[in-house]
Amino acid sequence: MIQIEKIYKRFGRNEVLKGVDLNIPEGGIYAVLGPNGSGKTTLIKCVLGLMIPDQGDIKVADKPISKQWKYREEINYLPQIANFPGNIRVRELIHMINDLRKKAGDESYLVSLFKLEPFLEKKLANLSGGTKQKVNLVLAFMFDSPVIVLDEPTSGLDPASLIALKKLIQKEKEAGKTFLITTHIMQFVEEVADQIIYLLEGKIYYTGTLSGLLEKTGQKDLEHAIAAITSEKRHA
Amino acid sequence: MLKILKYSFKDLIRSRWSYVYFLFYLLLGFVLLFLNNDLSKAVITLMNIIVVLVPLIATIFGIMYYYNSREFIELLLAQPLKRSSIFLGLYLGVAGSLTLSLVLGLGLPFALYGLFKSGDILNFSLLIVIGAFLTFIFNGLAFNIGIANENRIKGFGYAVLLWLFLAVIYDGLFLLALIVFEEYPLDTFSLAATVFNPIDLSRILILLELDISALLGYTGAIFKAFFGTRIGIISATIMLLIWTLVPLWSFIRRANKKDF
Repeated sequence: MIQIEKIYKRFGRNEVLKGVDLNIPEGGIYAVLGPNGSGKTTLIKCVLGLMIPDQGDIKVADKPISKQWKYREEINYLPQIANFPGNIRVRELIHMINDLRKKAGDESYLVSLFKLEPFLEKKLANLSGGTKQKVNLVLAFMFDSPVIVLDEPTSGLDPASLIALKKLIQKEKEAGKTFLITTHIMQFVEEVADQIIYLLEGKIYYTGTLSGLLEKTGQKDLEHAIAAITSEKRHA
Repeated sequence: MLKILKYSFKDLIRSRWSYVYFLFYLLLGFVLLFLNNDLSKAVITLMNIIVVLVPLIATIFGIMYYYNSREFIELLLAQPLKRSSIFLGLYLGVAGSLTLSLVLGLGLPFALYGLFKSGDILNFSLLIVIGAFLTFIFNGLAFNIGIANENRIKGFGYAVLLWLFLAVIYDGLFLLALIVFEEYPLDTFSLAATVFNPIDLSRILILLELDISALLGYTGAIFKAFFGTRIGIISATIMLLIWTLVPLWSFIRRANKKDF
């Protein structure tokens, strides 16, 4: 579904991605992990065309994405920080995205799932961080697209919404969607992810299943395994 | 692009600032007519205000809107939309709504005063067209500054400096050059220097059209000889078009390469 070939990206002197190769087949949930500043968000933004890689090729559904925009019809994206224009209402925002995507989205189910009805007429600037994140999730899930990219989907969510989110992810997975998720909540990864992609210092350190990673590091849970990789790299 | 334009226009029409500008122009129109009590005199006074104030408002509002739309832009970029149409839509939204404030705000009082029955309608229209050009030009310049500077305070500073330079300092330097090199023939130089500043270009165009170029003395005669002709008017309009399109082109080019 997504092929990434030798992606390089630097910001000034800071080389963030140093030749990332990745092949994500169709269907399943892929968790992109890595310490802060390892390039997770940069990688995701390159796939979405928000950032332009210095070198390398990215293909989505077998088509190169460089200078293209139509392919984004196949992708739903949840940005890490829910930045919305502050002076419009939640209902208007949902309506606007619906209008812009030229595709009928189904938001009513999601609005009731995240209990957003009381906030529909409120302006986005007046919402709390968690509520904004729920609006963000509604926008990311309301369209029926084969690829769903979630950047830190759990941030700011209360337990009830977190459970709702996990259900939602399972439901979409069963419908054959491909997920690309970044997160720091290891429990969340253990519960939902099929495959793990571990980014370290701008390179892919590990791809494979969770049990494979535990075996490789000789640790008993994911949290310790990740911490072990990070500190081992630092001591080396 | 039209959809983006629709949303940014809607957003602006609802923002308080569009009304502030509209009311400001409205008030300005009424006050000028009241003080001058004469249409053609009011048009001349209006010219002085338009060539200085319209660029200021377009620059400040342009940079403010660009920085305020960061979130909106990020939201749009993740949608299946072409980058250049997102940015073109935003630009046209701002420049269009500002031009609308200008046209309605000044048009209303002058129309009420009997503009359509007077001979000044042509001069007034020229004024409005030039005001629109200046709005588009300075919006474009402000957007360029905005996209080149992540730091809002810096961007704002550069934008104000740009206006100050083109509206005030440029003329000072121009004058200084004329005095220092007064022994040399300066016709071509002064013509060229005018063309490189959209504010000066607009001012000269209006002065010539209003037929008060005699006020400018010898230089006025040279300008009249150039800009007064058909070729002069056409080349001045082309220059204004270039001044509009080049900043816009450079903005879109930057926007297509930028990381968000």
